[in-house]
Amino acid sequence: MDGIHDMGGTQGWGAPTIPADEPVFAEPWEGKAFAYGALSARLSGQNLDAMRHAIDRQHPYDYLVDGYYGRWLACVETMLVDSGVLAPGAVVARARNLRGEDVPEPDEPTLHKPDYQPTAAGSIRQIDGEPRYAVGDRVRTKAHAHAGHTRLPRYTRGHVGTVAEIHPAQVLPDTNAHFIAENAQHVYAVAFDSRELWGDDAEPFTLTIDMYDDYLEPIE
Amino acid sequence: MTAVPRAHDHPDAALRAEALESLLLERGLIDLNVVEGLIGRYENDVGPMNGARVIAKAWTDADYRERLLEDGTAAIGELGYSGPQGEHIEVLENSDKVHNVVVCTLCSCYPWPVLGLPPSWYKDPAYRARIVREPRQVLAEMGLALDDDVEIRVWDSSSEVRYLVLPERPDGTSDMSEEDLAALVTRDAMVGVARVAAP
Repeated sequence: MDGIHDMGGTQGWGAPTIPADEPVFAEPWEGKAFAYGALSARLSGQNLDAMRHAIDRQHPYDYLVDGYYGRWLACVETMLVDSGVLAPGAVVARARNLRGEDVPEPDEPTLHKPDYQPTAAGSIRQIDGEPRYAVGDRVRTKAHAHAGHTRLPRYTRGHVGTVAEIHPAQVLPDTNAHFIAENAQHVYAVAFDSRELWGDDAEPFTLTIDMYDDYLEPIE
Repeated sequence: MTAVPRAHDHPDAALRAEALESLLLERGLIDLNVVEGLIGRYENDVGPMNGARVIAKAWTDADYRERLLEDGTAAIGELGYSGPQGEHIEVLENSDKVHNVVVCTLCSCYPWPVLGLPPSWYKDPAYRARIVREPRQVLAEMGLALDDDVEIRVWDSSSEVRYLVLPERPDGTSDMSEEDLAALVTRDAMVGVARVAAP
């Protein structure tokens, strides 16, 4: 989906700043958000790709306002609600009661975890079949993405690059995030000339990004 | 799956984290020891000091350097570092002619086993958005001015492959031990937004 999370190449953000001394978690709740995020796939019966998609789906306003661990907290809630572990609104109602209000909390929902079992741990898989492309092949990325989860950023779509490396085969996030199929396939590091992506006035550099086989089309 | 609507009546994050925890505890779904263990592990045990050991060893042991560049995951595993977000780690070698820098534009993927959790600047929209479009300018803004003849290579971590930069060993360090060298290596140099400074 073309969400706020797909930030590559967008403009107007100003300069990044590097704080001199930064704790791993700025506040205790950030550590909690991290821990529950790390446990979210197990608690919800989902997976890492579904977790990323739960962040993609956050409202753009909240995505920016919440910050990194705020997004983790929100995505855990989304995953648990989607799997029927928590009722919609349960976290907010409990939070309000914790701050001294007296509001009704929703009943426990019926569990409906996805009908999904990974074929192995992690995302890397052994697959049969040779890679469709070889190092040095020129490839074109697909021009459009679908409405669901994808790891094909907008700024790389519809462009021509060169296969720089062949990576281990991996499950396809686009289908795995939706529990349709792992669809394990070859993944390539594809190198793009900056002028191909940003025009003739671009700074000279090479942008290399990992591309799942499904994202690529051969150049005739 | 459907979009998540904008949150109204959004209690602050600390309160929502507490609420989430109390609901999960009530249902017997979590063990607080596990939760605290995870937090402590990433606060104390998994961080850039791990990557710094890898880099210092590569600077002092030519065979290790070769193995590291050939199969990063295995060579990093030799030092005992593996785990989430480290399923396949590739090491990118910087030189006086080539400068590699790493980003994740779509979220903030980062090689946790060697660098720990990402710092705020790595997650900042300014970095995620701009380093893939004007890296020389962004690096200069972050304090790293590269000569015009240095080739810049930007790596966007869009799959489960994670990238670690092997910075250049600074001049004047030929007498230093591996341990002392490791103390020089910074997180920012291993992402590619800084050089390792001479002592």
